[in-house]
Amino acid sequence: MDDPATLGTPGAALADGMISVEVIEKAFHGIPVLRDVRFAVAPGETVALLGPSGVGKTTLLRLIAGIDRDFRGRITRLERMAMVFQEPVLLDWRPARANLALVHPELRPEALAAALERVGLADKADLYPGQLSLGQRRRLSLARAFAGRPQLLLMDEPFASLDAATAGAMMDLTAALIAETRPATLFVTHVPAEADRLATRILTLGGSPATLQPQEGDTT
Amino acid sequence: MPPAAVRALSLAGLLALWIAAAWATGDPQILPMPQALLAPWWAEIVSGDLVYHLWRTLVRVVWAFALAMSLGLALGLAMGLFPRFDRWFDPWLVVFLNLPALVLIVLCYLWIGLNETAAIAAVTLNKIPNVTIVIREGARALDPDLKAMAQVFRMSRRTYLRHVILPQLAPFIAAAARSGLAVIWKIVLVVEFLGRSNGVGFQIHLYFQLFDVTHVLIYALSFIAVMLAIEWTILQPWERRARRWRTA
Repeated sequence: MDDPATLGTPGAALADGMISVEVIEKAFHGIPVLRDVRFAVAPGETVALLGPSGVGKTTLLRLIAGIDRDFRGRITRLERMAMVFQEPVLLDWRPARANLALVHPELRPEALAAALERVGLADKADLYPGQLSLGQRRRLSLARAFAGRPQLLLMDEPFASLDAATAGAMMDLTAALIAETRPATLFVTHVPAEADRLATRILTLGGSPATLQPQEGDTT
Repeated sequence: MPPAAVRALSLAGLLALWIAAAWATGDPQILPMPQALLAPWWAEIVSGDLVYHLWRTLVRVVWAFALAMSLGLALGLAMGLFPRFDRWFDPWLVVFLNLPALVLIVLCYLWIGLNETAAIAAVTLNKIPNVTIVIREGARALDPDLKAMAQVFRMSRRTYLRHVILPQLAPFIAAAARSGLAVIWKIVLVVEFLGRSNGVGFQIHLYFQLFDVTHVLIYALSFIAVMLAIEWTILQPWERRARRWRTA
């Protein structure tokens, strides 16, 4: 094992606001699932992490998010982080506005209203998530991610289980929000079309244990 | 049929059963007719005795309830969230769960003395294990995705507890409170019966020695009425508020 101090502890952000990921090994119950995954994401860059289902993309994203800290390697994160999960992951017992306000207590009421307005939920502020459609809950989850003006944005299959039209609208909205906020973005998907549509760079995870597959345009 | 009508009819049925039983017994010494309770009941109210003893019991119930709920909540959360803590203290929980209420009451009176502290401590200790077990189940069922979300967005511990954990535990807290209140007042009566000089339990002890069924029933029914009032004016409205988002 490495020096415990480096085990998944968030290091200081690099001088130029990059996040760097270096996973030497991640194992579940002794079975390695990730090995030698190294890459960096610059601010304003949108990196897609592509690969078949079950290869370990979400596992890698959870390491980067700091949700799972049990791995060998080193990841430097940025101060303001946001994540869009596969499911909207909302507080079903709090209205839409409170879902933003509780996560971002620093935001003033006008900023909250603007964040809801931006994703087209201005008139839904007082509704509970259960009263919203799945597409609306996804947009609320997007609003929550962007409201804190994140430096690092992680997205885990954000367009899964939406119908084609809704997914397309969500992708446009996401692209617009990324262009406004310009975080370092890393998003996981198994749909190459989504990666082509949003990403400035594509990384492919494959093999067992999974590692980054060499490909054209890969700068790592 | 509307639920209120069903409830009224059901209670009327119970009353009819009582009247039939009293008629069959034919001895007001053993079971008086319901209407025979009214005059002595009024006399107890006018003398102030009934209100005084109900109040003393209610204060004990409220204290024991508040202590058992808050300590049980903390303990249940800790055991549900930290498996290692759970492994170490689960045997204790089983021991206390199976310790007869009477033993705890007698020991508290012997060790602490025949005073209010011992009475409330005995009731609280009797109830904590039940609350702990219910809340532990709730804490084990907490949504891991919400935990991850709170972690990524660096939600403060306070906000996480208040707005993420407690709302998820609300049904479990309601269940513990429900069963808790009913059990607590029965234990309070035993505690009063054994070692206090006021309260409903003390009065029942007194009238038991006088073989006065009428007054035993008056005190018991009056306190049931108090508990129903608490159920309808505090517990049920609180539960409706906590469940509002489900029905919205």
